[in-house]
Amino acid sequence: MKETDVIHVSKDRPEKGKYVKPLFRGLSFIFKNFLSKPVTLQYPTEKTQRSQRWRGLHRLKVDEKGELKCVACGLCARICPSVAITIVPYEEEGETRYPKKFVIDELRCIFCGFCQEACPEGAIELTEVYDYVDYNRKDFIFDIEKLKTPERFQFKGK
Amino acid sequence: MVEYLIIPVIKLIVIFSVFLFIAAYTTYMERKVLGHMQMRYGPMRVGFHGLLQPIADGIKNLFKEDLIPENADKTVFVLAPAISITAAVILLAVIPLGPPITIFGRTINLYIANPSIGILFILGFSTLGAYGNILGGWSSGNKYGYMGGLRGSAMIISYEISMAFAVVSIIMITGSFSLVDMVHAQTGLWNVFKQPVAFLVFLISGIAELNRTPFDMPEAESELCCGYNVEYSSMKFALFFLAEYIHMVVFASLVTTLFFGGWHGPAFLPGVVWFFIKVFAVIFLCIWVRATFPRLRYDKVMKLEWKFLLPVALLNILATGMVMAVL
Repeated sequence: MKETDVIHVSKDRPEKGKYVKPLFRGLSFIFKNFLSKPVTLQYPTEKTQRSQRWRGLHRLKVDEKGELKCVACGLCARICPSVAITIVPYEEEGETRYPKKFVIDELRCIFCGFCQEACPEGAIELTEVYDYVDYNRKDFIFDIEKLKTPERFQFKGK
Repeated sequence: MVEYLIIPVIKLIVIFSVFLFIAAYTTYMERKVLGHMQMRYGPMRVGFHGLLQPIADGIKNLFKEDLIPENADKTVFVLAPAISITAAVILLAVIPLGPPITIFGRTINLYIANPSIGILFILGFSTLGAYGNILGGWSSGNKYGYMGGLRGSAMIISYEISMAFAVVSIIMITGSFSLVDMVHAQTGLWNVFKQPVAFLVFLISGIAELNRTPFDMPEAESELCCGYNVEYSSMKFALFFLAEYIHMVVFASLVTTLFFGGWHGPAFLPGVVWFFIKVFAVIFLCIWVRATFPRLRYDKVMKLEWKFLLPVALLNILATGMVMAVL
């Protein structure tokens, strides 16, 4: 066996008795940690700040009169790469056009944000809600009522 | 009748339940203190700041499936946790909790028994507790359990010696084996100031005996995936766990009794309160040590005992004897 084959594990070991002081330094460091505030975030009640560009659940915006801005042009449904949006438009003669049904399947959605970019009216946007949970797959198919206020689906524990 | 039956039974029940409660809440304290030392919170959800966590854990353990592995030696496998917990609980009998109190004109001593060989009793039965670990590891038919049991037996053989030798120097300056006499002898100056070397040796070998980090050889998580209790589940595991924590409480009360003057303290608090304050201080020290130091390698643990602690303890006995002969 050559000398280079030998790995000297104990080369950097402190001399005898030199390790007592570091032991006490470690103890004092840990005690300082004990007195300092924990860095944990209590998740459902405390949350980190989302980025402004975060893409979470969708919101259908409403105007000042409380009516949907959406004109049911169908561009968002068209551009959606995962075909998650279904729109049934409704238009009376001479009136504004609005969606009779606007359904987003949140399980199909990949949260790419194309619908937000494609919308000519700025009627749909992606919010910061990222932790919607539910028991049924059916509950993830959002209709207009759910899409108007996605903030209330934010997970708050319990 | 009252003197020999009713009072001892009441004392048994009270001390037993108090110490089980303390052992259960030591788990809570450990998790909480350890959490804060690692800048976490520890249990927070069950009750106010997780105060009901030990109860929730107990209920969870009760309802878990009780498995016995096919390869296990079934009799020994079932017997091992029982040995462990019995040997742990018996130790509570000789620990003096406080000065005698008077209730309804009757003087009641705050210990169940005060045998003249108290400290030998404790040394003997704390070693018996290790049989639970060893047999549990060997009977479960699992290589990790087997290794844990082996290491457990090696640890108990090694560290019991220096622990006993540290106690010997205390026995020398007290002149008695009885724990109550030892507390009485510390009325003026605590033994920790008279025998600092014995205190250090006792503390280190005691932590090693408790199988706690940095000496948790029989249950090294990262090496043996929990060692001797790896095959245990449900209430059997809980018994092992409880035995470990009762051992810890007993060790803390032993350190208090031998070195920190037992129930002695400034008079504004009763003796029992002082006793438990000191016990929890020692438990805190154990947790602090666990949070700080990583586990030693197996051969280093043995080296520390045979090459350092044992000679130091022997020299300490020699020095104590010489000082006593001169004075």
